[in-house]
Amino acid sequence: MTHEGSDGLVVDAEVRRGRFLLAVSLMAAPGQVLGLLGPNGAGKSTLLSAVAGLTPVSAGRITLTGQVWDDADAGTFVEASGRPVGFVFQNYRLFPHLTVAENVRFSPRARGMGRRAATSIASHWLDRLRLTDLADRKPDQLSGGQAQRVALARALAGQPALLLLDEPLSALDAGTRLDVQAELKRHLADFAGPCLLVTHDPLEALVLADQLIVLEGGRIVQQGTPAHIARQPGTDYVAKLVGLNLYSGHANGSEVVLNAGGTFVIPDQGRRGDVLVAVRPSAVVVSSQRPQLSSARNTWPAKVAGLTLLADRVRLNLEGQPSALVDVTPAAVAELSLDPGSQVWLTVKATDLEVYAHSERQPA
Amino acid sequence: MVTSTAPSHLTARERARRAARGGPSRSVPASLLVPALIAIGFLVLPLVGLLIRAPWSHLGAALSGSDATQALILSLWTASASTAISLVIGVPLAWVLARSSFPGQRLLRALVTLPLVLPPVVGGVALLLAFGRTGFLGQYLDSWFGLTIPFTPIAVVMAETFVAMPFLIITVEGALRSADQGFEEAAATLGAKRMTVFRRVTVPLIAPSLGAGAVLCWARALGEFGATITFAGSFPGQTETMPIAVYYALETNPDAAIALSLVLLVVSVVVLLSLRDHWLRGGSAS
Repeated sequence: MTHEGSDGLVVDAEVRRGRFLLAVSLMAAPGQVLGLLGPNGAGKSTLLSAVAGLTPVSAGRITLTGQVWDDADAGTFVEASGRPVGFVFQNYRLFPHLTVAENVRFSPRARGMGRRAATSIASHWLDRLRLTDLADRKPDQLSGGQAQRVALARALAGQPALLLLDEPLSALDAGTRLDVQAELKRHLADFAGPCLLVTHDPLEALVLADQLIVLEGGRIVQQGTPAHIARQPGTDYVAKLVGLNLYSGHANGSEVVLNAGGTFVIPDQGRRGDVLVAVRPSAVVVSSQRPQLSSARNTWPAKVAGLTLLADRVRLNLEGQPSALVDVTPAAVAELSLDPGSQVWLTVKATDLEVYAHSERQPA
Repeated sequence: MVTSTAPSHLTARERARRAARGGPSRSVPASLLVPALIAIGFLVLPLVGLLIRAPWSHLGAALSGSDATQALILSLWTASASTAISLVIGVPLAWVLARSSFPGQRLLRALVTLPLVLPPVVGGVALLLAFGRTGFLGQYLDSWFGLTIPFTPIAVVMAETFVAMPFLIITVEGALRSADQGFEEAAATLGAKRMTVFRRVTVPLIAPSLGAGAVLCWARALGEFGATITFAGSFPGQTETMPIAVYYALETNPDAAIALSLVLLVVSVVVLLSLRDHWLRGGSAS
């Protein structure tokens, strides 16, 4: 894929770190929030680090609106300090020896602005992020949510053309996370340039990102809108994140023969080839005996391997052909007297199966 | 079958301490206690002797009766000057050792720290051979600029710097190694060039270690004897520093020697107190 001549950020590069190889091709348009979702070690932070200029690419190039930042073939490299980037680090990395105001003023000063102009820019951003009252505090006197706002203000005060956020909410406790997330979304909407947002929290990705890229093992494994990826996950990792059962198999018209064993009857006739089937845990019905008369097309036996109490329901881990995670009410667990080892029957309607082509990469 | 040993007496206080904090007995076995007490005596008794023999009644007279004031002033300003020089050239060297990599770096580090273990008098001889009037550098200083270094206050500063700077370098280098470089990365993404990062982020972050290293360096320079007397001699008012004055006074005027020693002891205690947070936290110094 090539994005030559596009506006915004274009990365078409490889970064080698020891035995790990990150090889990605992506673009982020101005105003777009591109989420990078992936497990630990997928290369998300390495990608941000390459875009920021903290790590040079080993092949390919990185450009922002036509300006070359890094080109391994031509030997071009713009140092991190020369790239108009705002980077919000995972643990914020606020300078502990400087006050909040001095932290926010750091970038305009470092980029050569006079003291007065820098102070005025800084106070604008302190005001925007409701930090004026905290201006004289040191970072160790801030709460997590406040530190997050300072980090964002510090990044934005440098008037960057590109914003990089590395798990911006992961250091927050669950209580403040939602508030900060809502506020962050507003600020991201106001930001004119492209924004890369690294996260391993699916909710964060769904709420904040316009487009998502799923990275696994240094490669892009899926790309699309958050809604699309949540409905039709391309890999087990994403399926687990969004809480879906995911099966790969081969469709032969009216049925899908699953690779891990078992067969599903599917609604759309005529589909052939390698497919993925996604099933919501709440779409599967559990019965103690084989259902006699039912409109549901798919019925198979399974054994309870484990039970986990979620907020208001119980998640059953069921072994069978195929295995599945199924959500039921606590009352159902009691009525069916489900224990690890219990034999049950599972039923799912063909129309509750999300069947889609199994491709390495979805069109963006 | 194993039987329990005979009970011993556990004081109420020790019982309460163990109950509150847990852990094994805090009492010290005799086989460790005796040598430990000998060590304490060995370290402390000489200082007690100094205090006992001090001419408390005529301390002022003993001090003013010698060249003490001159020596003290000389010592203070030369130690301060060598500390300042060490900061200006030693901190950049510490940065080079900690943050860059080049062939021969390990060798360089070994050379830089050599004065720590080198007998100071050898350092003095080496300085003399390099910067003396016939030394391989000194001869040019002499013939081109008419500059003679040995046996001048400049020689005192050089001898002290030679011996004391490594203390600053290793302290600062250690701090630079253990400092979180994430802050420097953050500064770079905020547009700071490398010197700005060094000045505004790196140095402030290692300020405690920098201070500790400077105090250590200053204390070592203040106490310098061997290299100084070899390279700079002992001209009163010119190159006779406090330790050298103490040494000579011991032959001619023991009271003055004791009084001068007391002054140095007080200075050392002050230095130690100023370092206590950084240096004396039971091995957890940052």
